Amino acid sequence: MSTIHSILLIAVISLVTALIRFLPFLIFRDKDHMPEALQYLGGILPAAIMGMLVVYCFKSTVVTAWPFGLPEVIATILVVASYLWKKNILLSVAAGTVFYMILVQGVFA
Amino acid sequence: MNKSNYGNAFFAAFWRTVPVMAGYLVLGFGFGLLLQSKGYSFMWAILMGLTIYGGSMQFVTVDLLSSGASLLTAGIMTLMIHARHLFYGLSMIEKYSGTGKIKPYLIFTLTDETYSLVCTGEIPDGVDKNAYYLWISLLDQIYWVLGSALGGIFGQIVTINTTGVEFSMTALFVVILTDNLLKKDRRIPALVGVGVSLACLLLLGAENFLIPSMVSITAVLMLLRSVLSKREKGMKS
Repeated sequence: MSTIHSILLIAVISLVTALIRFLPFLIFRDKDHMPEALQYLGGILPAAIMGMLVVYCFKSTVVTAWPFGLPEVIATILVVASYLWKKNILLSVAAGTVFYMILVQGVFA
Repeated sequence: MNKSNYGNAFFAAFWRTVPVMAGYLVLGFGFGLLLQSKGYSFMWAILMGLTIYGGSMQFVTVDLLSSGASLLTAGIMTLMIHARHLFYGLSMIEKYSGTGKIKPYLIFTLTDETYSLVCTGEIPDGVDKNAYYLWISLLDQIYWVLGSALGGIFGQIVTINTTGVEFSMTALFVVILTDNLLKKDRRIPALVGVGVSLACLLLLGAENFLIPSMVSITAVLMLLRSVLSKREKGMKS
């Protein structure tokens, strides 16, 4: 990808992010001024979008040929299990990533 | 405002940010390393930490950059991922009133973690409110930018095989999803998100499923509005 497109992409993401962060202060001065539909979506979208992002992460995983997405499945199980056990985000992310790297570089290479 | 007020505020803010420091340095490091593995040096990591400054979104941006996503996709994705910030802003309007010149910076740096620090907890006696908020916001951003720069530099000078480091994003999102599924009021929207986007992925393929997914998720959630907002209200009372 060209450097110009990269910079434009970052600019768009920055501007939209700033817009959302400033909007409540600029337009809706308190909860009553924010349309109810927007209040509802602001509260409920994050959980749904996180579900989508997980699907997004697996979008390129090939399940029809060796290794049939096994490294992803095994590492994900480790991430979920370790999180349920210790409830520590950083621990699960670090352990899952290192484990996945070992799987794709060594075991399933 | 005198100098000692800033001094007090710095130490009060610093101790408050210690838990975030650990998280931002480690996640930032992972982000910088991932970005570097896609051919973007630590300077890009610093640039993104200064301009976008949002953990989940920056991880997604790595993918958008390396896959050559369109500006429209990037814009809509940002809108959806950062929708929650509408709420952070709303609940900080009162606390951030009267912060004067630093107000734009305080608003710009209102990440999940900074929000969690400034919206709860008392400001210690004798500490200037504005200086305290400023230091918390500034220190958090410094941790994040520093962590991501270190990750990028590490990836550049240490020749390790980084194949698979992209799983750090998957792991982060899987953890947050797991946490959402454990919470009663977030379980249905989380399942809607997974189900709808999985259907779009299977129907439309990896290249074209993102925007249709986001539109369909919003539509389904609007259809479920009466049910879900009732559930939410019931849970609160």
